[in-house]
Amino acid sequence: MKSITKQKSIEDIQEGLKGLDRIFVVGCGTCTTMTKTGGIEQVEEMKERLQEMGKRVTGSTVIPTACDDMTEVAMKENEQFIRSADAILSMSCALGVHRMNLYINKPVIPAVDTLFIAVEETPGYFREACAQCGQCLLGQTAGICPLTACHKGLVNGPCGGTNNGKCEVDKDKDCAWTLIYNRLKEQGRLDLMRQYQPPRNHHIVPKPRAVKIT
Amino acid sequence: MVSRFKEALDSGKFVITSEVAPPKGTNLEKFLHHIDLLKDRVDAINITDHQSSVMRFPSLGGALAVVEKGGEAIMQMTCRDRNRMALEADLLFAYTRGIRNVLCLTGDAVPVGDHKEAMGVFDLDSLQLLKTIHQMMDGQDLGGNNLDGAVEFCAGAIVTPEAQPIEPQLIKFEKKVEVGAEFFQTQAIYDLDNFTKFMDYARKFKTPILAGIVLLSSARMARYMTENVPGIFVPQDLIDELTGVPKEEMLAKGIEIAGRTIAALKKDAICGGVHIMAIGREEAVPDIMAAAGL
Repeated sequence: MKSITKQKSIEDIQEGLKGLDRIFVVGCGTCTTMTKTGGIEQVEEMKERLQEMGKRVTGSTVIPTACDDMTEVAMKENEQFIRSADAILSMSCALGVHRMNLYINKPVIPAVDTLFIAVEETPGYFREACAQCGQCLLGQTAGICPLTACHKGLVNGPCGGTNNGKCEVDKDKDCAWTLIYNRLKEQGRLDLMRQYQPPRNHHIVPKPRAVKIT
Repeated sequence: MVSRFKEALDSGKFVITSEVAPPKGTNLEKFLHHIDLLKDRVDAINITDHQSSVMRFPSLGGALAVVEKGGEAIMQMTCRDRNRMALEADLLFAYTRGIRNVLCLTGDAVPVGDHKEAMGVFDLDSLQLLKTIHQMMDGQDLGGNNLDGAVEFCAGAIVTPEAQPIEPQLIKFEKKVEVGAEFFQTQAIYDLDNFTKFMDYARKFKTPILAGIVLLSSARMARYMTENVPGIFVPQDLIDELTGVPKEEMLAKGIEIAGRTIAALKKDAICGGVHIMAIGREEAVPDIMAAAGL
Protein backbone atom coordinates (compact mmCIF):
# COMPACT_ATOMS: atom_id res chain seq x y z
CA MET A 1 0.00 0.00 0.00
CA LYS A 2 1.42 3.36 -1.01
CA SER A 3 0.27 6.90 -0.60
CA ILE A 4 0.45 8.49 -4.06
CA THR A 5 1.45 12.15 -4.15
CA LYS A 6 2.15 14.88 -6.65
CA GLN A 7 4.44 17.81 -6.00
CA LYS A 8 2.64 21.15 -5.82
CA SER A 9 3.68 23.82 -8.32
CA ILE A 10 6.57 25.99 -7.21
CA GLU A 11 4.18 28.98 -7.24
CA ASP A 12 1.83 27.20 -4.80
CA ILE A 13 4.75 26.27 -2.57
CA GLN A 14 5.95 29.88 -2.63
CA GLU A 15 2.44 31.07 -1.73
CA GLY A 16 2.26 28.54 1.14
CA LEU A 17 5.57 29.85 2.51
CA LYS A 18 4.65 33.53 2.23
CA GLY A 19 6.06 35.43 5.20
CA LEU A 20 8.00 32.36 6.36
CA ASP A 21 11.70 32.83 5.61
CA ARG A 22 13.58 30.14 7.50
CA ILE A 23 12.58 26.66 6.36
CA PHE A 24 13.34 23.12 7.53
CA VAL A 25 12.61 20.50 4.83
CA VAL A 26 11.32 17.00 5.62
CA GLY A 27 11.08 14.14 3.12
CA CYS A 28 9.90 10.56 3.56
CA GLY A 29 11.86 7.39 2.84
CA THR A 30 8.81 5.34 1.96
CA CYS A 31 5.95 6.48 -0.31
CA THR A 32 7.26 9.82 -1.55
CA THR A 33 10.66 8.23 -2.19
CA MET A 34 8.95 5.53 -4.25
CA THR A 35 6.94 8.10 -6.24
CA LYS A 36 9.93 10.44 -6.54
CA THR A 37 8.07 13.33 -4.95
CA GLY A 38 9.84 13.56 -1.59
CA GLY A 39 12.92 11.33 -1.40
CA ILE A 40 16.54 12.42 -0.82
CA GLU A 41 16.99 13.71 -4.39
CA GLN A 42 13.77 15.74 -4.39
CA VAL A 43 14.55 17.19 -0.95
CA GLU A 44 17.96 18.36 -2.22
CA GLU A 45 16.34 19.90 -5.32
CA MET A 46 13.73 21.61 -3.16
CA LYS A 47 16.43 23.14 -0.96
CA GLU A 48 17.96 24.72 -4.07
CA ARG A 49 14.56 26.04 -5.20
CA LEU A 50 13.97 27.52 -1.75
CA GLN A 51 17.35 29.27 -1.83
CA GLU A 52 16.50 30.66 -5.27
CA MET A 53 13.31 32.03 -3.73
CA GLY A 54 15.48 33.82 -1.16
CA LYS A 55 14.58 31.47 1.71
CA ARG A 56 17.07 30.31 4.30
CA VAL A 57 17.16 26.51 4.70
CA THR A 58 17.95 25.68 8.32
CA GLY A 59 18.30 21.97 7.62
CA SER A 60 16.59 18.89 6.21
CA THR A 61 15.96 15.24 6.91
CA VAL A 62 14.33 12.27 5.21
CA ILE A 63 12.37 10.29 7.82
CA PRO A 64 12.34 6.53 7.02
CA THR A 65 8.54 6.41 7.42
CA ALA A 66 6.95 9.78 8.16
CA CYS A 67 3.54 8.40 9.14
CA ASP A 68 4.67 6.38 12.17
CA ASP A 69 6.53 7.07 15.44
CA MET A 70 9.89 7.50 13.69
CA THR A 71 8.67 11.03 13.05
CA GLU A 72 8.88 11.87 16.75
CA VAL A 73 12.45 10.58 16.87
CA ALA A 74 13.39 12.57 13.77
CA MET A 75 11.80 15.73 15.15
CA LYS A 76 13.81 15.36 18.38
CA GLU A 77 17.08 14.65 16.55
CA ASN A 78 16.66 17.81 14.50
CA GLU A 79 15.10 19.92 17.22
CA GLN A 80 17.66 22.74 17.17
CA PHE A 81 17.37 23.22 13.38
CA ILE A 82 13.60 23.06 13.53
CA ARG A 83 13.44 25.50 16.43
CA SER A 84 15.41 28.05 14.42
CA ALA A 85 13.06 27.67 11.42
CA ASP A 86 9.82 29.57 10.81
CA ALA A 87 8.18 26.49 9.28
CA ILE A 88 8.63 22.93 8.10
CA LEU A 89 8.12 22.21 4.41
CA SER A 90 6.82 18.63 4.24
CA MET A 91 7.59 16.45 1.25
CA SER A 92 5.83 13.45 2.82
CA CYS A 93 2.19 12.66 2.18
CA ALA A 94 -0.57 14.23 4.30
CA LEU A 95 -0.21 11.44 6.88
CA GLY A 96 3.31 12.66 7.58
CA VAL A 97 2.07 16.26 7.84
CA HIS A 98 -0.41 15.12 10.50
CA ARG A 99 2.29 13.24 12.34
CA MET A 100 4.72 16.20 12.36
CA ASN A 101 1.98 18.45 13.71
CA LEU A 102 1.72 16.20 16.76
CA TYR A 103 5.28 16.88 17.90
CA ILE A 104 6.21 20.45 17.12
CA ASN A 105 4.50 23.75 17.44
CA LYS A 106 5.61 25.12 14.06
CA PRO A 107 3.62 25.52 10.87
CA VAL A 108 3.96 22.41 8.66
CA ILE A 109 3.39 23.35 5.01
CA PRO A 110 2.79 20.53 2.51
CA ALA A 111 4.88 20.62 -0.67
CA VAL A 112 2.94 17.72 -2.17
CA ASP A 113 -0.74 16.88 -2.71
CA THR A 114 -1.87 13.44 -1.56
CA LEU A 115 -3.88 11.83 -4.34
CA PHE A 116 -4.89 8.28 -3.42
CA ILE A 117 -3.82 5.06 -1.76
CA ALA A 118 -2.50 2.53 -4.26
CA VAL A 119 -0.96 -0.88 -4.71
CA GLU A 120 2.07 -1.32 -6.97
CA GLU A 121 0.73 -3.89 -9.44
CA THR A 122 3.78 -4.02 -11.67
CA PRO A 123 7.04 -2.16 -11.08
CA GLY A 124 6.28 1.56 -11.19
CA TYR A 125 2.55 1.11 -11.88
CA PHE A 126 0.46 2.21 -8.92
CA ARG A 127 -3.29 1.67 -9.03
CA GLU A 128 -5.94 2.74 -6.55
CA ALA A 129 -7.37 -0.55 -5.35
CA CYS A 130 -9.49 0.30 -2.31
CA ALA A 131 -11.71 3.24 -1.38
CA GLN A 132 -12.12 1.98 2.19
CA CYS A 133 -15.90 1.94 1.73
CA GLY A 134 -16.60 -0.39 4.63
CA GLN A 135 -18.70 -2.83 2.55
CA CYS A 136 -16.25 -5.02 0.68
CA LEU A 137 -17.70 -6.37 -2.57
CA LEU A 138 -14.52 -7.99 -3.88
CA GLY A 139 -15.90 -11.48 -3.25
CA GLN A 140 -18.76 -10.78 -5.65
CA THR A 141 -16.78 -8.87 -8.25
CA ALA A 142 -13.94 -11.30 -8.89
CA GLY A 143 -11.48 -9.21 -6.92
CA ILE A 144 -11.95 -6.04 -9.01
CA CYS A 145 -13.33 -3.17 -6.95
CA PRO A 146 -16.19 -1.38 -8.76
CA LEU A 147 -15.81 1.58 -6.44
CA THR A 148 -12.27 2.36 -7.45
CA ALA A 149 -12.06 0.74 -10.90
CA CYS A 150 -15.34 2.26 -12.24
CA HIS A 151 -15.32 6.04 -12.71
CA LYS A 152 -18.88 6.25 -11.34
CA GLY A 153 -18.41 3.61 -8.66
CA LEU A 154 -21.33 1.61 -10.07
CA VAL A 155 -22.17 -1.63 -8.27
CA ASN A 156 -24.86 -3.11 -10.55
CA GLY A 157 -23.09 -3.43 -13.89
CA PRO A 158 -21.73 -1.19 -16.65
CA CYS A 159 -23.15 2.17 -17.71
CA GLY A 160 -23.88 3.09 -21.32
CA GLY A 161 -20.55 4.85 -21.60
CA THR A 162 -18.55 1.66 -21.87
CA ASN A 163 -16.94 1.27 -25.29
CA ASN A 164 -14.99 -1.75 -26.48
CA GLY A 165 -14.03 -2.50 -22.91
CA LYS A 166 -12.86 1.07 -22.24
CA CYS A 167 -14.28 3.90 -20.12
CA GLU A 168 -16.11 6.95 -21.53
CA VAL A 169 -13.91 9.20 -19.39
CA ASP A 170 -10.61 7.99 -20.84
CA LYS A 171 -10.10 5.64 -23.79
CA ASP A 172 -6.92 4.35 -22.15
CA LYS A 173 -8.74 3.21 -19.04
CA ASP A 174 -10.43 -0.18 -18.81
CA CYS A 175 -14.15 -0.46 -18.10
CA ALA A 176 -14.29 -2.06 -14.66
CA TRP A 177 -17.46 -3.96 -15.49
CA THR A 178 -15.97 -5.49 -18.64
CA LEU A 179 -13.07 -6.73 -16.48
CA ILE A 180 -15.44 -8.00 -13.80
CA TYR A 181 -17.63 -9.72 -16.40
CA ASN A 182 -14.66 -11.43 -18.05
CA ARG A 183 -13.19 -12.68 -14.80
CA LEU A 184 -16.53 -13.87 -13.35
CA LYS A 185 -17.20 -15.67 -16.62
CA GLU A 186 -13.82 -17.42 -16.40
CA GLN A 187 -14.64 -18.47 -12.87
CA GLY A 188 -18.11 -19.67 -13.85
CA ARG A 189 -19.65 -17.23 -11.38
CA LEU A 190 -21.63 -14.84 -13.62
CA ASP A 191 -24.69 -15.37 -11.41
CA LEU A 192 -23.00 -12.97 -8.96
CA MET A 193 -23.24 -10.16 -11.51
CA ARG A 194 -26.95 -10.83 -11.92
CA GLN A 195 -27.61 -10.11 -8.25
CA TYR A 196 -29.13 -6.75 -7.38
CA GLN A 197 -26.84 -4.64 -5.20
CA PRO A 198 -28.75 -2.21 -2.96
CA PRO A 199 -27.72 1.43 -2.43
CA ARG A 200 -24.61 1.76 -0.29
CA ASN A 201 -24.51 2.92 3.30
CA HIS A 202 -22.22 5.96 3.32
CA HIS A 203 -22.06 6.06 7.10
CA ILE A 204 -20.84 2.63 8.20
CA VAL A 205 -18.28 4.50 10.27
CA PRO A 206 -19.58 8.07 10.41
CA LYS A 207 -17.04 10.82 9.87
CA PRO A 208 -14.88 11.88 11.64
CA ARG A 209 -13.54 8.34 11.67
CA ALA A 210 -11.29 6.81 14.30
CA VAL A 211 -11.03 3.49 16.06
CA LYS A 212 -9.33 2.37 19.26
CA ILE A 213 -7.91 -1.16 19.19
CA THR A 214 -7.48 -2.66 22.64
CA MET B 1 -54.69 10.87 -13.70
CA VAL B 2 -52.89 7.94 -15.29
CA SER B 3 -49.95 7.90 -17.65
CA ARG B 4 -51.20 8.38 -21.21
CA PHE B 5 -47.83 7.08 -22.37
CA LYS B 6 -48.38 3.88 -20.38
CA GLU B 7 -51.80 3.53 -22.00
CA ALA B 8 -50.18 3.87 -25.41
CA LEU B 9 -47.62 1.19 -24.50
CA ASP B 10 -50.38 -1.13 -23.29
CA SER B 11 -52.52 -0.53 -26.37
CA GLY B 12 -50.08 -2.46 -28.53
CA LYS B 13 -49.80 0.41 -31.05
CA PHE B 14 -46.47 1.46 -32.53
CA VAL B 15 -45.47 4.08 -29.94
CA ILE B 16 -43.62 7.26 -30.93
CA THR B 17 -41.66 9.35 -28.47
CA SER B 18 -39.33 12.23 -29.14
CA GLU B 19 -37.01 14.39 -27.16
CA VAL B 20 -36.45 18.05 -26.38
CA ALA B 21 -33.45 19.45 -24.54
CA PRO B 22 -33.92 22.35 -22.11
CA PRO B 23 -31.89 25.49 -22.83
CA LYS B 24 -28.79 26.76 -21.12
CA GLY B 25 -30.38 29.84 -19.59
CA THR B 26 -33.81 31.20 -18.91
CA ASN B 27 -34.86 31.95 -22.46
CA LEU B 28 -37.41 29.17 -22.99
CA GLU B 29 -38.81 30.44 -26.27
CA LYS B 30 -37.27 27.87 -28.61
CA PHE B 31 -37.72 25.07 -26.08
CA LEU B 32 -41.44 25.80 -25.66
CA HIS B 33 -41.81 26.11 -29.43
CA HIS B 34 -40.36 22.61 -29.83
CA ILE B 35 -42.78 21.26 -27.23
CA ASP B 36 -45.68 22.89 -29.13
CA LEU B 37 -44.40 21.38 -32.35
CA LEU B 38 -44.28 17.83 -30.96
CA LYS B 39 -46.83 17.48 -28.17
CA ASP B 40 -49.76 16.46 -30.35
CA ARG B 41 -47.68 14.45 -32.80
CA VAL B 42 -45.99 11.98 -30.45
CA ASP B 43 -47.09 9.80 -27.52
CA ALA B 44 -44.64 11.43 -25.13
CA ILE B 45 -41.76 13.89 -25.09
CA ASN B 46 -38.56 13.11 -23.21
CA ILE B 47 -36.97 16.04 -21.43
CA THR B 48 -33.26 15.49 -21.05
CA ASP B 49 -31.43 15.94 -17.76
CA HIS B 50 -28.21 17.94 -18.26
CA GLN B 51 -27.39 15.70 -21.21
CA SER B 52 -23.69 15.05 -21.80
CA SER B 53 -23.15 16.48 -18.30
CA VAL B 54 -23.75 20.02 -19.58
CA MET B 55 -25.59 22.17 -17.03
CA ARG B 56 -28.97 23.40 -18.29
CA PHE B 57 -32.53 24.25 -17.25
CA PRO B 58 -33.69 21.20 -15.26
CA SER B 59 -35.57 18.23 -16.71
CA LEU B 60 -38.13 18.59 -13.92
CA GLY B 61 -38.98 22.14 -15.02
CA GLY B 62 -38.97 21.10 -18.66
CA ALA B 63 -41.29 18.14 -18.04
CA LEU B 64 -43.60 20.46 -16.11
CA ALA B 65 -43.74 22.77 -19.13
CA VAL B 66 -44.83 19.82 -21.30
CA VAL B 67 -47.60 18.93 -18.84
CA GLU B 68 -48.75 22.55 -18.60
CA LYS B 69 -49.12 22.58 -22.36
CA GLY B 70 -51.26 19.46 -22.24
CA GLY B 71 -48.53 17.14 -23.51
CA GLU B 72 -47.24 13.88 -22.07
CA ALA B 73 -43.77 14.15 -20.56
CA ILE B 74 -41.10 11.58 -19.83
CA MET B 75 -38.84 13.18 -17.26
CA GLN B 76 -35.29 11.95 -17.66
CA MET B 77 -33.58 11.53 -14.35
CA THR B 78 -29.87 10.83 -13.96
CA CYS B 79 -28.10 9.79 -10.77
CA ARG B 80 -25.12 12.05 -11.44
CA ASP B 81 -26.21 15.27 -9.74
CA ARG B 82 -28.52 14.38 -6.86
CA ASN B 83 -28.30 12.06 -3.89
CA ARG B 84 -31.17 9.74 -3.02
CA MET B 85 -32.98 12.35 -0.91
CA ALA B 86 -32.95 14.95 -3.68
CA LEU B 87 -34.09 12.39 -6.27
CA GLU B 88 -36.96 11.25 -4.05
CA ALA B 89 -38.02 14.82 -3.32
CA ASP B 90 -38.06 15.69 -7.02
CA LEU B 91 -40.16 12.58 -7.71
CA LEU B 92 -42.70 13.69 -5.09
CA PHE B 93 -42.89 17.15 -6.63
CA ALA B 94 -43.08 15.77 -10.19
CA TYR B 95 -45.99 13.53 -9.27
CA THR B 96 -47.98 16.34 -7.66
CA ARG B 97 -47.58 18.40 -10.82
CA GLY B 98 -48.86 15.79 -13.25
CA ILE B 99 -45.63 14.21 -14.46
CA ARG B 100 -46.32 10.49 -14.85
CA ASN B 101 -43.29 9.04 -16.65
CA VAL B 102 -39.65 8.81 -15.65
CA LEU B 103 -36.66 7.52 -17.57
CA CYS B 104 -34.00 6.32 -15.12
CA LEU B 105 -30.40 6.82 -16.22
CA THR B 106 -27.05 6.54 -14.53
CA GLY B 107 -25.93 9.76 -16.26
CA ASP B 108 -22.84 10.63 -18.24
CA ALA B 109 -19.61 11.14 -16.35
CA VAL B 110 -18.92 14.66 -15.07
CA PRO B 111 -15.59 15.15 -16.91
CA VAL B 112 -17.23 14.79 -20.36
CA GLY B 113 -19.37 17.87 -19.66
CA ASP B 114 -18.92 21.58 -18.98
CA HIS B 115 -18.52 21.53 -15.17
CA LYS B 116 -15.44 19.39 -15.11
CA GLU B 117 -14.58 19.94 -11.46
CA ALA B 118 -18.06 19.15 -10.11
CA MET B 119 -18.69 16.16 -7.89
CA GLY B 120 -20.32 13.17 -9.58
CA VAL B 121 -22.84 11.96 -7.01
CA PHE B 122 -23.97 8.47 -8.13
CA ASP B 123 -25.42 7.79 -4.68
CA LEU B 124 -27.86 5.56 -6.59
CA ASP B 125 -27.48 3.94 -10.00
CA SER B 126 -30.17 3.55 -12.66
CA LEU B 127 -31.30 0.19 -11.24
CA GLN B 128 -31.50 1.44 -7.70
CA LEU B 129 -33.45 4.49 -8.91
CA LEU B 130 -35.95 2.24 -10.70
CA LYS B 131 -36.38 0.21 -7.54
CA THR B 132 -36.72 3.38 -5.46
CA ILE B 133 -39.59 4.54 -7.67
CA HIS B 134 -41.38 1.22 -7.14
CA GLN B 135 -40.85 1.49 -3.39
CA MET B 136 -42.28 5.03 -3.45
CA MET B 137 -45.23 3.75 -5.48
CA ASP B 138 -45.80 1.30 -2.62
CA GLY B 139 -45.89 4.27 -0.25
CA GLN B 140 -42.44 4.09 1.26
CA ASP B 141 -39.23 6.13 0.89
CA LEU B 142 -35.68 4.77 0.87
CA GLY B 143 -35.33 5.47 4.57
CA GLY B 144 -38.14 2.96 5.14
CA ASN B 145 -40.60 5.66 6.18
CA ASN B 146 -44.22 5.79 5.08
CA LEU B 147 -45.17 8.50 2.62
CA ASP B 148 -48.26 10.58 3.24
CA GLY B 149 -49.45 10.13 -0.33
CA ALA B 150 -47.59 7.82 -2.69
CA VAL B 151 -46.45 8.41 -6.28
CA GLU B 152 -47.53 6.68 -9.48
CA PHE B 153 -45.10 6.60 -12.36
CA CYS B 154 -44.44 4.63 -15.49
CA ALA B 155 -40.70 4.16 -14.99
CA GLY B 156 -38.40 3.04 -17.74
CA ALA B 157 -34.74 2.69 -18.54
CA ILE B 158 -32.31 2.57 -21.42
CA VAL B 159 -30.35 -0.17 -23.14
CA THR B 160 -27.52 0.01 -25.67
CA PRO B 161 -27.96 -2.73 -28.30
CA GLU B 162 -24.63 -1.83 -29.97
CA ALA B 163 -22.57 -1.94 -26.76
CA GLN B 164 -19.26 -3.77 -27.11
CA PRO B 165 -19.02 -6.23 -25.48
CA ILE B 166 -22.77 -6.79 -25.37
CA GLU B 167 -23.00 -9.48 -22.66
CA PRO B 168 -22.41 -7.25 -19.57
CA GLN B 169 -24.96 -4.79 -21.02
CA LEU B 170 -27.55 -7.56 -21.39
CA ILE B 171 -27.06 -8.68 -17.78
CA LYS B 172 -27.82 -5.12 -16.69
CA PHE B 173 -30.80 -4.99 -19.06
CA GLU B 174 -32.23 -8.13 -17.44
CA LYS B 175 -31.66 -6.68 -13.97
CA LYS B 176 -33.59 -3.56 -15.04
CA VAL B 177 -36.47 -5.78 -16.20
CA GLU B 178 -36.39 -7.61 -12.87
CA VAL B 179 -36.65 -4.40 -10.82
CA GLY B 180 -39.67 -3.33 -12.82
CA ALA B 181 -38.67 -1.26 -15.85
CA GLU B 182 -41.90 -0.74 -17.77
CA PHE B 183 -40.30 0.37 -21.03
CA PHE B 184 -36.91 0.76 -22.64
CA GLN B 185 -35.64 3.45 -24.96
CA THR B 186 -32.46 2.44 -26.74
CA GLN B 187 -29.30 4.27 -27.65
CA ALA B 188 -29.28 5.16 -31.36
CA ILE B 189 -29.49 2.16 -33.67
CA TYR B 190 -28.63 2.18 -37.39
CA ASP B 191 -27.73 -1.43 -38.10
CA LEU B 192 -31.13 -3.09 -38.50
CA ASP B 193 -29.70 -6.61 -38.70
CA ASN B 194 -27.95 -6.23 -35.37
CA PHE B 195 -30.99 -4.57 -33.80
CA THR B 196 -33.23 -7.37 -35.06
CA LYS B 197 -30.86 -9.86 -33.44
CA PHE B 198 -31.04 -7.88 -30.19
CA MET B 199 -34.84 -7.86 -30.37
CA ASP B 200 -34.95 -11.61 -30.94
CA TYR B 201 -33.28 -11.87 -27.55
CA ALA B 202 -35.07 -8.97 -25.80
CA ARG B 203 -38.62 -9.75 -26.96
CA LYS B 204 -39.04 -12.63 -24.53
CA PHE B 205 -38.89 -10.22 -21.59
CA LYS B 206 -42.16 -8.63 -22.79
CA THR B 207 -41.13 -5.10 -21.81
CA PRO B 208 -41.84 -2.65 -24.65
CA ILE B 209 -38.71 -1.41 -26.40
CA LEU B 210 -38.58 1.85 -28.33
CA ALA B 211 -35.70 1.92 -30.79
CA GLY B 212 -33.53 5.04 -30.61
CA ILE B 213 -33.52 6.98 -33.88
CA VAL B 214 -30.94 9.76 -33.97
CA LEU B 215 -31.16 12.00 -37.04
CA LEU B 216 -27.95 11.97 -39.08
CA SER B 217 -27.70 15.58 -40.22
CA SER B 218 -24.42 15.19 -42.15
CA ALA B 219 -21.79 12.64 -43.12
CA ARG B 220 -19.39 14.32 -40.72
CA MET B 221 -21.79 13.86 -37.81
CA ALA B 222 -22.31 10.20 -38.74
CA ARG B 223 -18.57 9.58 -38.80
CA TYR B 224 -18.07 11.46 -35.55
CA MET B 225 -20.74 9.45 -33.76
CA THR B 226 -19.54 6.08 -34.92
CA GLU B 227 -15.96 6.93 -33.99
CA ASN B 228 -16.54 8.74 -30.72
CA VAL B 229 -19.89 8.02 -29.09
CA PRO B 230 -19.92 4.86 -26.95
CA GLY B 231 -22.58 2.39 -28.07
CA ILE B 232 -23.26 3.98 -31.48
CA PHE B 233 -22.36 2.25 -34.71
CA VAL B 234 -23.23 3.82 -38.07
CA PRO B 235 -22.71 1.30 -40.90
CA GLN B 236 -20.41 2.46 -43.70
CA ASP B 237 -23.17 2.22 -46.35
CA LEU B 238 -25.18 4.90 -44.51
CA ILE B 239 -22.12 7.16 -44.27
CA ASP B 240 -21.51 6.60 -48.01
CA GLU B 241 -25.13 7.42 -48.75
CA LEU B 242 -24.77 10.75 -46.94
CA THR B 243 -21.40 11.47 -48.55
CA GLY B 244 -22.97 10.80 -51.96
CA VAL B 245 -25.28 13.83 -51.85
CA PRO B 246 -24.37 17.55 -51.99
CA LYS B 247 -23.84 19.16 -48.57
CA GLU B 248 -27.11 21.10 -48.70
CA GLU B 249 -29.06 17.90 -49.27
CA MET B 250 -27.47 15.90 -46.44
CA LEU B 251 -30.13 16.83 -43.88
CA ALA B 252 -32.88 15.71 -46.24
CA LYS B 253 -30.99 12.46 -46.80
CA GLY B 254 -30.67 12.00 -43.02
CA ILE B 255 -34.42 12.53 -42.65
CA GLU B 256 -35.01 9.96 -45.39
CA ILE B 257 -32.72 7.42 -43.65
CA ALA B 258 -34.45 7.96 -40.29
CA GLY B 259 -37.90 7.68 -41.89
CA ARG B 260 -37.01 4.53 -43.79
CA THR B 261 -35.52 2.92 -40.62
CA ILE B 262 -38.71 3.66 -38.67
CA ALA B 263 -40.89 2.33 -41.49
CA ALA B 264 -38.90 -0.91 -41.58
CA LEU B 265 -39.14 -1.36 -37.80
CA LYS B 266 -42.88 -0.79 -37.93
CA LYS B 267 -43.55 -2.92 -41.00
CA ASP B 268 -41.90 -6.00 -39.57
CA ALA B 269 -43.09 -5.29 -36.01
CA ILE B 270 -39.50 -5.56 -34.85
CA CYS B 271 -40.06 -3.47 -31.71
CA GLY B 272 -42.80 -1.62 -29.83
CA GLY B 273 -42.04 1.80 -31.23
CA VAL B 274 -39.36 4.40 -31.71
CA HIS B 275 -37.77 7.23 -29.79
CA ILE B 276 -36.79 10.00 -32.22
CA MET B 277 -33.88 12.21 -31.20
CA ALA B 278 -33.22 15.09 -33.58
CA ILE B 279 -30.61 16.71 -31.27
CA GLY B 280 -31.07 20.41 -31.94
CA ARG B 281 -33.07 19.88 -35.15
CA GLU B 282 -36.44 19.21 -33.54
CA GLU B 283 -38.11 21.04 -36.45
CA ALA B 284 -37.23 17.98 -38.54
CA VAL B 285 -39.16 15.49 -36.37
CA PRO B 286 -42.49 15.94 -38.21
CA ASP B 287 -40.61 15.46 -41.51
CA ILE B 288 -39.03 12.25 -40.19
CA MET B 289 -42.46 11.00 -39.16
CA ALA B 290 -43.86 11.87 -42.59
CA ALA B 291 -40.96 10.08 -44.26
CA ALA B 292 -41.78 7.04 -42.11
CA GLY B 293 -45.39 7.18 -43.20
CA LEU B 294 -46.64 7.81 -39.68
